[in-house]
Amino acid sequence: MALRSSVTRRTLTLGLNSTRLLPLSRSLQTFSLPDLPYDYGALEPAISGEIMQLHHQKHHQTYITNYNKALEQLHEAIQKGDSSTVVKLQSAIKFNGGGHVNHSIFWKNLAPIREGGGEPPKASLGWAIDTHFGSLESLIQKMNTEGAALQGSGWVWLGVNKELKKLVIETTPNQDPLVTKGPHLVPLLGIDVWEHAYYLQYKNVRPDYLKNIWKVINWKYASEVYEKECA
Amino acid sequence: MAATTSMVTSLTFTIPSLGLRLPTRSYPCLKPQRRLVRKAASNVITATYELKAPPYPLNALEPHMSRETLAYHWGKHHRTYVENLNKQVVGTDLEGLSLEDIIIVTYNKGDILPAFNNAAQAWNHDFFWESMKPGGGGKPSGDLLDLIERDFGSFERFIEEFKAAAATQFGSGWAWLAYKANRLDVENAVNPWPSEKDKELVIVKSPNAVNPLVWDYFPLLTIDVWEHAYYLDFQNRRPDYISVFMEKLVSWETVNTRLEKAKARAAEREMEEERRRKEEEEGKPTNEEEDDDDLEMYVDNDNDDSEAE
Repeated sequence: MALRSSVTRRTLTLGLNSTRLLPLSRSLQTFSLPDLPYDYGALEPAISGEIMQLHHQKHHQTYITNYNKALEQLHEAIQKGDSSTVVKLQSAIKFNGGGHVNHSIFWKNLAPIREGGGEPPKASLGWAIDTHFGSLESLIQKMNTEGAALQGSGWVWLGVNKELKKLVIETTPNQDPLVTKGPHLVPLLGIDVWEHAYYLQYKNVRPDYLKNIWKVINWKYASEVYEKECA
Repeated sequence: MAATTSMVTSLTFTIPSLGLRLPTRSYPCLKPQRRLVRKAASNVITATYELKAPPYPLNALEPHMSRETLAYHWGKHHRTYVENLNKQVVGTDLEGLSLEDIIIVTYNKGDILPAFNNAAQAWNHDFFWESMKPGGGGKPSGDLLDLIERDFGSFERFIEEFKAAAATQFGSGWAWLAYKANRLDVENAVNPWPSEKDKELVIVKSPNAVNPLVWDYFPLLTIDVWEHAYYLDFQNRRPDYISVFMEKLVSWETVNTRLEKAKARAAEREMEEERRRKEEEEGKPTNEEEDDDDLEMYVDNDNDDSEAE
């Protein structure tokens, strides 16, 4: 079942991100590193400026670079009808695309203290947390336990099941986005527990990182997402 | 119980409570790290696993791997795996087993049990420290080099492939050079190489704590690519760490010793297989008469109704 693209020179502009023209095909959207809404050092002492800079400029950038590369190869393979290559590329897309998705959320999940970082959630999300977990402290304890117990690399998430309107705590391995744990799950807040997220500062003591990161968690963003899904 | 000895002479042993028969093997780097401790007021012997020090001082790999890295990697990470393993094993059926046997049992054909991570990581890190030495790197020689050239085309191609495996193990994990001498009936969930590569050197990568023991391979060399292994010295630059490891740290002597042991063990196993096959073919002389008797009785009683007694 070969997939043949028609020979046209249509191009589509795709909004915010830069586009590249490929002959005989639709143009391919490429992704670029989003800016942080705060300085690298603004989350100290919870997360060091050195970590923030490496995490953003090196790790996240590498995911984006490799994601773009994989998408270009995928695009080619689809056009040629090369199904083996299409399937082979799926893991690279999951790793790198997932890395881009997850880190883009992560930067919004953090805020300097003077901009509301650490301020507890109010309104509908605050009530939902109290209802579902008993208290914010209980939620934090659960997430920290899950995050500390995660073997290897991954993320711990607070999400909402938008069908059932229920809050959930989940972990995902490597760069798997939350949606891989359930198609109706929307991430409100993710904590990166890959060693690169904390090692230079906390070394092997992941629990200390997890304890401190709550001082810079941006509950405003999480509330916005929650209200959008559960309005 | 035979399980408390680390030098096992029989080929299999049974863990009665788990109903499992395991092939026992001692691996090239098996060191009796267990201390047999007699509990007070009891005749039960318990074993605890000890954190063995690397075969060189913590600063001996500088400047290629810093003393600080060794202090955390061995002194904290590796130590924690061993301590947590001991806590998990005490008072359970796993107590008294060798580390390798705990790994195989708790790998559970891929459906891993709780003690696997700590057991495998304890083993992996011992193996890793011993894979390196101060003034390491360079090129192997003799049999090992011949096999590498036979199975990878050239030493340079081997290096390329090994580095690529280490660089592309996504997330946490390990890259390995291993000797594969499998039989076809390996009962493991995932066996990455097809059987035409028997008795060959192979490169494999594994996630998190998994190691090639679970695929019945003989590990020869490993590099730890968990971020904690290189982050203090190289930050995100894993490829640089891998290059330095290959060029300055690998102990080819150790790899060679392991290969010799692996080949010897593979030969032993083959002979044992042959002996068992022959035995099955020839049958056992003492049973033949009994079989004849049974046959006669059966024929005589052909038309009788069987009576339940």
